[in-house]
Amino acid sequence: MARPVFIVDGSRTPFLKARSGPGPFTPVDLAVQCGRPLLARQPFSPDDFDQVILGCVNVIADEMNPARVAALRLGMGEDLVAFTVQINCGSGMQSIDTAYRYIREGHADMILAGGTEALSHAPLVWPNSGVRWFAGLATAKGVAAKLAAAFKLRPRYLKPIIGLERGLTDPITELNMGQTAEVVGHLFGITRAQSDAYAAESHRRLAHAQGAGFLKGEVETAFTRDGKFFDHDDGVRPDSTAETLARLRPVFERPWGQVTAGNSSQITDGASWVILASDAAVAKHKLTPKAAIVDSNWAALDPSIMGLGPVMSATPMLQRNGLSVQDVETWELNEAFATQVLGCLAAWNDDKFCREILKLDGAAGEIDRDKLNVDGGAISLGHPVGTSGNRIVLHLVNAMKRLGTRRGVATECIGGGLGGAMLIEAV
Amino acid sequence: MDSKIMTALGDRVLELGPPPAADGAFKHFKLTRDADGVAWLLFDRADASANTLSSDVMEEFDAVLAAIETERPAGLVIRSAKPSGFIAGADVNEFRGASDPEMVETRIRAAHAVIDHLEALKLPTVAVIHGFCLGGGLEVALACQSRIAVDGARFGFPEVMLGLHPGLGGTVRFTALVNPTQSMALMLTGRTIDARRAKSLGLVDTVTQERHVRGAVKDALFGRLKRVRPGLLTRAANFGPVRGLLAKRMRSQAAKAASSERYPAPYALIDLWETHGGSKAAMLKAEQASFAKLMVTPTAQNLIRVFFLREQMKKAAGSGNTIRHVHVIGAGAMGGDIAAWCAGQGLRVSLADMKAEPIAGAVKRAAELYGKIIRRPTEVRDALDRLMPDMDGEGVRNADLIIEAVPEKLELKQKVYAGLEPRMKPGAILATNTSSIPLQDLRTTLARPERLVGLHFFNPVSRLQLVEVVSHDGNDAQVLKQALAFVGAIDRLPLPVKSSPGFLVNRALTPYMLEAMVMLDEKTDQRLIDAAAEQFGMPMGPIELADQVGLDICLDVGDMLRTKFGDLLPPTPSWLREKVARGELGRKTGKGFYVWNDGKAVKARLPETGPRVTDQMIDRLVLPMSNVCVAALREGIVDDADAVDGAMIFGTGYAPFRGGPLNYARTRGVENVVSTMRALAERFGARFASDPGWDNFK
Repeated sequence: MARPVFIVDGSRTPFLKARSGPGPFTPVDLAVQCGRPLLARQPFSPDDFDQVILGCVNVIADEMNPARVAALRLGMGEDLVAFTVQINCGSGMQSIDTAYRYIREGHADMILAGGTEALSHAPLVWPNSGVRWFAGLATAKGVAAKLAAAFKLRPRYLKPIIGLERGLTDPITELNMGQTAEVVGHLFGITRAQSDAYAAESHRRLAHAQGAGFLKGEVETAFTRDGKFFDHDDGVRPDSTAETLARLRPVFERPWGQVTAGNSSQITDGASWVILASDAAVAKHKLTPKAAIVDSNWAALDPSIMGLGPVMSATPMLQRNGLSVQDVETWELNEAFATQVLGCLAAWNDDKFCREILKLDGAAGEIDRDKLNVDGGAISLGHPVGTSGNRIVLHLVNAMKRLGTRRGVATECIGGGLGGAMLIEAV
Repeated sequence: MDSKIMTALGDRVLELGPPPAADGAFKHFKLTRDADGVAWLLFDRADASANTLSSDVMEEFDAVLAAIETERPAGLVIRSAKPSGFIAGADVNEFRGASDPEMVETRIRAAHAVIDHLEALKLPTVAVIHGFCLGGGLEVALACQSRIAVDGARFGFPEVMLGLHPGLGGTVRFTALVNPTQSMALMLTGRTIDARRAKSLGLVDTVTQERHVRGAVKDALFGRLKRVRPGLLTRAANFGPVRGLLAKRMRSQAAKAASSERYPAPYALIDLWETHGGSKAAMLKAEQASFAKLMVTPTAQNLIRVFFLREQMKKAAGSGNTIRHVHVIGAGAMGGDIAAWCAGQGLRVSLADMKAEPIAGAVKRAAELYGKIIRRPTEVRDALDRLMPDMDGEGVRNADLIIEAVPEKLELKQKVYAGLEPRMKPGAILATNTSSIPLQDLRTTLARPERLVGLHFFNPVSRLQLVEVVSHDGNDAQVLKQALAFVGAIDRLPLPVKSSPGFLVNRALTPYMLEAMVMLDEKTDQRLIDAAAEQFGMPMGPIELADQVGLDICLDVGDMLRTKFGDLLPPTPSWLREKVARGELGRKTGKGFYVWNDGKAVKARLPETGPRVTDQMIDRLVLPMSNVCVAALREGIVDDADAVDGAMIFGTGYAPFRGGPLNYARTRGVENVVSTMRALAERFGARFASDPGWDNFK
């Protein structure tokens, strides 16, 4: 017996671009910053939830199982079960999907599902050779042995590795995520100019959404203990144009690559929550659902072209619901890389790809750019990896309400060769 | 965090040794014997939630010690069976009103004998200390051979705050055990220290948790726990010539805090140690005499009275606080600090403001405050988590109490209420922090005026303990009761007061500050005016206080009060208005009467030759305060004279050793006060007219 599942509310922090050194908030700090005002505006008590599920990729050592730490810090009570999920860039959507399934199957009535990530806190890691040297020194007994162990030190042992860089490199193919976007771009003939134009448009759309107040109620001001506050996604560059972006050098594959810092998603800190409820919880607490979750789907593919994850995950989901790509009125397709987003659009419009891989009768067709990422995306907002999947669902729901559309899909590519998609309907 | 399991099993937390029989031989103590032959002496004072030492307790303690001597256990553990702590100190109530030093000395000598008895036991003894271990309690612990602290224990000798010094051998045993530079400093300031600090000072031998108390006790009694011994430095500091040098330094330090005339205790303590330090018997004897001498001084008696005023006000707050979530509106200086204080006290707080800047400033101030008073980083984090910035005012819907702290404009406040009221929980209380608008005016637009109260906090909230709980004639009695209990729950002291201009404290302080302005007009040096008040014992002179409060606020309150009290108030000089108009508002703008630097008024020394403080100056400043207090009592604005004294001390810092403005008048003599005021009235005008209330004042 599958029960309907509703999204009743949600909020997120501003996405804060990682500048120099660790930002002001840890992953749980971020989750608390946007969780507090969200819980405060509910007509029910924070301990009325059945579970807390939080996506987070780079968990810091002080906050193991950040879901539980966040739940306790949010005052949700000692007896609330909370766990953390990790599927790279899909973590924030995985939390929603897990919550959706618990509620649909009748195991829970109300779940707080989120994502959080503080990429600016990603650690510097010692090389294994250095760690081994230190362990040898620590276990050596006696002065002579200690000295002998100490003398084995080589300068390279102490050269730190930037943890984030390793995290963004696929361990199977040894390709950095940016390189996988280059591969997708190559397969579908995406040009540098197209990517830059797409990126400039992302900034333009976000700046417009911020100015028009479209993010009010979605973005909650975050306050630091030293008296600063952040009230908007600060990576936005409204003055970016295709021309200015064209001047940037490729970052991953020089000199001929097309993926630049300007047409990639930004490295950012941020957290996002949505509240999922059964119809029983909606009735009990007199809630007003914003939207219903109709279906979700995960797919896997060759890690070297992980950017096609949205096509691979969303297409079968639409098919089994009897829908075509064109039936979706609003799309949130996570902007890992402009080249990768454009690659996905091209794949849906590619006859051979659609026939052989998606088993369609022919090309799925064009997706109207007016329906896609209407208020910008990770290129302008940033991509706190564990959070983005949550944010695109939250923003999809809010955008659909504003636009009055009935059906929407949130979907993302996932490092390591995965894709996730969620089908949302207005209520 | 609420923990159901820990609550249910709470009685298993304290390690009390073998369970005592229900019907023991003693009233305040329980004595058991464990399998190793160790005696566990549990102090559990009858009919009290905390242990204190009274003469009947000490008498029984002596009998218990005698019983232990005959039973000859393998060792003795002394600890409290009260969850609240070890021993909170001696019961000073017994010495209230004492005027005969001989009597005090006789009694204290008897108590000394009991402590000496404990010290002289010919078996290993250990004190296990959790929670508060203060004054007499610490003196009991010091007479044991070993001390084990449980995490969270706090130690200190607060006697100096009562105008005393330790009197049960503490001055002797503490300085012998812990380096006098530190032990004397603790006794001279009355500061408390935590278990970790106590360990590093050598006051306790180890710090552990309840779950290891049994093991620690065994090791302490059977010689396996290394005892802290006084180090070379401690012995050196107790050596005659060194004592002289150190004592000199201590005296000059003490002089910075308080004069020997007003606060003789620190000086008596330094003398005691300088003369006798290092020779135990002589110092024990001299301590008794010195203690007895201090006990009968007006300072000690007044400070003891103040101690009980505080207890009385705490009690008046009542228990059973139902407020869990406070919603504060307006993140300015007061609103922000009230919110921070409440969150620091464990409540959930939403702090609402239309703008992010003031909220961010309030969060910053809260973090700084918590860094000082909470210290543990995780607890600081939790307190900051409880303080939720609320830019949409969503906290209203779940709040049990709403405190409005928006600017003092009637229409603005009423507009805020109109937006709030429909969203409030049915049982929620609406409070205003207004200092000048009568509740009778504020309530006119409310649908449910019976739940409007005033909660008037004082600046700085973290330092001034008073909160005026202001009622109006249409209040629901239950709402007032809840408001009082709330004030108690956040560790502040409530003064119930009826809504009337200025309530009590501002009404009493305004003539003090305005009279100072009149003196300025008479060309008196502002530093001299402040010096006069400080000579009386005020923590801060009226000019500096006006700067601190804000000259704009002084002006507003003065104008408001004048509409009601007219010429009973000194006239507001017109130049004050001009000063305010120029933006010279005092501390907050960096310039008022003084220039302010880093939160401190820049004051040059008064010239050596020049006018001095006169008694008349002091009288002009302080007598009107007493006069207003009597008027407020007569009018029924407040109904408890003791609480009025407490309020002035805890809300304004009124010279504590004077015991408050009413106690001061009583001590000076009502007739003297009235005739002095009459003379002042003849000389300076009707504002010094004495209140008819003096006729019935006792």
